This record gives sequence, C-alpha cells and structure tokens, in this order.
Amino acid sequence: MSVKAPALPADYFHDPKVPETPVRKFNINFGPQHPAAHGVLRLVLELDGEVVERVDPHIGLLHRGTEKLMEARPYQQTIPYMDRLDYVAPMNQEHAYVLAIEKLLGVEAPYRALLIRTLYDEIGRILSHLLNVTTQAMDVGALTPPLWGFEEREKLMIFYERASGARMHANYYRVGGVRQDLPEALIRDIDDWCDYFPRIVDDLEGLITGSRIFKQRNVDIGVVTKEEAIAHSFSGVLVRGSGVAWDLRRAQPYAAYNDMEFDVPLGVHGDCYDRYLCRMREMRESTKIMKQCCARLLKTPGPVLIEDNKVAAPRRGEMKRSMEALIHHFKLFTEGYRTPPGEVYACVEAPKGEFGVYLVSDGTNKPYRVKIRAPGYPHLQAMDWMNRGHMLADVSAILGSLDIVFGEIDR
Amino acid sequence: MTWPVKDTDLTKLGKAICKGAKGIITGADVQFGELTLTGPADRIVEALTILRDEHGFHQLIDLCGADYPERPLRFDVVYHLLSMTHNRRVRIKVQTDEDTPVASATAVYPAANWFEREAFDMYGIFFDNHPDLRRILTDYGFHGHPLRKDFPMTGSVEVRYDEELKRVVYEPVKSVEWRNWDFLSPWEGIERGFAAVLPGDEKGKS
Repeated sequence: MSVKAPALPADYFHDPKVPETPVRKFNINFGPQHPAAHGVLRLVLELDGEVVERVDPHIGLLHRGTEKLMEARPYQQTIPYMDRLDYVAPMNQEHAYVLAIEKLLGVEAPYRALLIRTLYDEIGRILSHLLNVTTQAMDVGALTPPLWGFEEREKLMIFYERASGARMHANYYRVGGVRQDLPEALIRDIDDWCDYFPRIVDDLEGLITGSRIFKQRNVDIGVVTKEEAIAHSFSGVLVRGSGVAWDLRRAQPYAAYNDMEFDVPLGVHGDCYDRYLCRMREMRESTKIMKQCCARLLKTPGPVLIEDNKVAAPRRGEMKRSMEALIHHFKLFTEGYRTPPGEVYACVEAPKGEFGVYLVSDGTNKPYRVKIRAPGYPHLQAMDWMNRGHMLADVSAILGSLDIVFGEIDR
Repeated sequence: MTWPVKDTDLTKLGKAICKGAKGIITGADVQFGELTLTGPADRIVEALTILRDEHGFHQLIDLCGADYPERPLRFDVVYHLLSMTHNRRVRIKVQTDEDTPVASATAVYPAANWFEREAFDMYGIFFDNHPDLRRILTDYGFHGHPLRKDFPMTGSVEVRYDEELKRVVYEPVKSVEWRNWDFLSPWEGIERGFAAVLPGDEKGKS
C-alpha cells in the first residue's frame, strides 16, 4: 500500500512570513591552542558564511628573543640557540650559522666533516618531512600516518643521539667541523636504515597518496603560481611545488652536495597535493644522498675538526698531556674567538626552505647583530592571500602544506 | 651560473649597477665574497625597482634592521635580494634615524610586509606607505623596541600569576639581575689587525 504525500503549497519554500535575513559576517579565532595550528598560532578569520574573506595571523606567542640573547654571548655558546629554532630539524639550522662564522673567519672544515654534515642535514630533512606529511594527513582526518611516521622519526632521533648525545637539541656542529667522529657501527646502522626506509615511504604512500579523502581535501587547494611564489619570497618545497627548479643544494652547493647524486622533484600545479608529493619524493632522494655519504664515510677515515686550536677546542685526551691544549681550552671556553669585523650572509636549504643567517661582527668575541631568516616567516605571511575565497575547512589543509614550525617563525 | 661567485665578477656587477642607477645606488663593496650596495634612504624604492626589473633580483630574501647607537643616523635597514635566474645574491643597505621613515618596499616586493613590521617592532624604524604597520612578534601592549642596543637584556616587565587577583599581573623586573661577564681580552686579535686599541696606546696610533 503506498501513501501519497500531500501536495505542498506553491510558495512553501519561499514563505513570505519568514523574510530572508542578511547574513552577518563572522570573526572567529583559530588557536592559539588548536591541534591543527601546528604550535602556538592565533588566526583571526573573517568569514562570510563558510568562505574565508581575510586571515590575520597573530604570531609571536613563542618569541624568546633569540637574536637579542645571541648578541650577549660568545660565538660558541650561541650555536645551541639554533637547535631551538626549527626544533623538527635542528642540525640544519646549526649548519647555516656555522657556515656564517666560518665565512667570517676564513675557516674550512675537513672533507669528512662535510660528509657528516651532509648526512645529518638529510636526516633532518627526513625528520621534518615525515612530521609534516603525516600531520598534514592528520589535519584532514587520517590518524594512522603519524603513528607510522613517528616510529621512523624515533629511529632517526636515536641516530642524532648516538652522534651528539642529544635526541633533538644536538649542538653537534662546530666552527671548522663537527664535535666528534661517528663510530663505524653507527654509520653501518644508518646505511641499513636507508635500505629499509623506502619501504616505509611506500607504505605511507599507499595510505595517503591515493586516498580519496586526502585528494578531495588537497587537490587544487591553495594554488600558488610560479610568479606568486617568487614574489612572496617562497623557498624550498613551496617554490618547487609550483614548478620552479630552485634548490640551494644544487644552485649554490655547500658541504659535500657537489659530489652527491640526487634529483630535485618539482610539482606542476602548485597546490597542496603537489607540495605533499614533492615532500614524499624528497624523502626518497634524501635516502639516496645518505646512502652515498655512508659509503664514503666508511671508505675514508680522517679528521672531523680543524687542528687550529684558536678556533676549535682541543681533544680531551690532549688536554691531559699538553699544557698548551689546556690553555687553549680555557681561552676558548671563557673568551672564545674573535671574528674580523664585517658582515656575512650564509644560508642552507633547510627542509622548509632557505634558512639564512645574517651576521654582523664588530671584531669582538660576540656577534654584533644576528638576523635569522626563517623560511616559515614569509610562508606564514602568505596565509592571507592563499586562503581568501577558500572554505573554512581548507584553512587547516593550507596551513599544513605550508610546513609551519613556530620555533623558527617567532624566534 | 657558477657558484661560488668570483670577487671580480661581483665587483663588475656592482659597478654596472651603480652606473645604471646614478644617485640611487651610490656605493658597491665586495667583502667575504658578497656584494653590498649602499644608497640614500629616500630613493630605496627606486633602487629596489631597478634591481628587480633590470638586474633580475626578483626575490626579497630578507629585510632587517640593525642598530648603531653611536652614529647620527643610528639604524641600518638591510635588504637581501636573490636572483634565481642569474644565481646571484646582493645586499643593499640604507641608513635612517628614529624619526625619519623609510619608504616601504611592499609595492615592489609584497613579502616585505611582515619583514617591515618586524623591523618596526624590534627597532622602531618607521616605514612610509606600509599597509599595516603593527607590532608583530612582541606581546600585546608591549612598550619599547627590544633589539635596540639600549634596551635591557632582561626587558622591563615580568609576568606572574597572582593568587589573590586570580590573574596574570605585569610588574617591573626585579627577580633577575642581568649578569654579563666580559671575557674579552685586550690582547687577542692584535696579530690579525682588528683588536681594539690597548689602554695607553692611543697616542701611538695618532
């Protein structure tokens, strides 16, 4: 038996008794305590219904005055501050700072030290990309990728620990090399890990890359053209995702990157999904570079720190026997070394983009002015124009694809 | 393009830039393998436009202030530019003081917006025609400009939670004293020619 619904009056949906009200624009606060804000970010969003009209990021909630603090300490004591900037990939920051001081002093690190730096820079890159890619997936609703990715991050942090003694805040790079040599067992373990890791990337790709939900949330969201990327000071994955072939490891090589073989993955559309694909591919390339570093490190032993004790600390063993080494040690850890007056800018391709240090020296043992150029700073600035016209739900997808870490943005 | 760039190439580039921008970019200096340009502060927008359009420096990498309190024009505004097509970097510096604003670079490089807000926040350098010159990194309601050399390292206010008022209160700093040990030896660095003059040696120099 079928029941027929009664016919509706013609003006049922346009009842003149209920006039249409003009919709008020909404201002909402996103953060500072929001899991998708990737730290302490407060976004003031102006919404028209669900469409974002304006984004005003309020930053500085993690401002620690790093630049001011560095002006009051001898050079050697300022290297650990670098670890606390982008705390997801600490050693990459140290690298830029150490390069700047080396440029001032005219010091060059021995080749083995360059290899170790290259190796640990790439470990940092994988650490950062693993965190970003998996949490970006979490921002759009997937919970498993972070659990799988963090397991590998844990292993990488143990490699950090075995080299420097600290899982995150390593303070491992020194002016003129690195703190100490890597034990052979560690190099072999890293080498083994490199053979094993691509399978994990395959697994992650299997989870995310083809996922319908992930694609719906990321494809054609937050599109950045080549011109926009360059005009807005983007660097790293954000320019490469838009198809600009620019990688400082290739264009302005430092450490041992000149001798390494690797590809620079590029995106085509410049949307969130392409940036994700770039990061995935870069992890594979990083593994390739790490393999090459391990092979070379196993073949050629050598010094990892320059011999000049006016800059590099003497070894502990020497200090037990040599009076001069003891004096050098005392001088280095009280006064430190002086740099000639002048100004330099040194940069590295950090996982998030170009990380640079502008260093002004007045000829004393402390930097006169340090400016830290964090890649995330101009990227976060772009939140406003990237989000206009997108839906509220896209804000967290775009934020995730920008790869924001507040340690470096707020400094 | 090759990297690192030779000093001779940089000197050539510096000369070419100065020649094409008479009165806008006045000085070019190569140090530590880097090219530094200088110019008058009131023509910085023209200088940046020339560098962007004629020399291919399409990207503003960084913009920051620096404080030299002993100079009459105490602040430097430093722009770092990058050319991806020529694979070159250049730095351009202008000087200003606490009252004279520098023209904003936002019209040439949109990314200058936040960098200029930061320079304003940290040093109190004013930028003309900036769309939104607010503080950026410091606390809401912050007083002073923390990166100036005369700003105390400990700051001027400290915060704590007050049990009676049941809220966070701001008070003048009294819990810490800034200890700054000066380990600088007057003797070091003499052999390299950049040490300060030793006490008593001033007469010998003149």
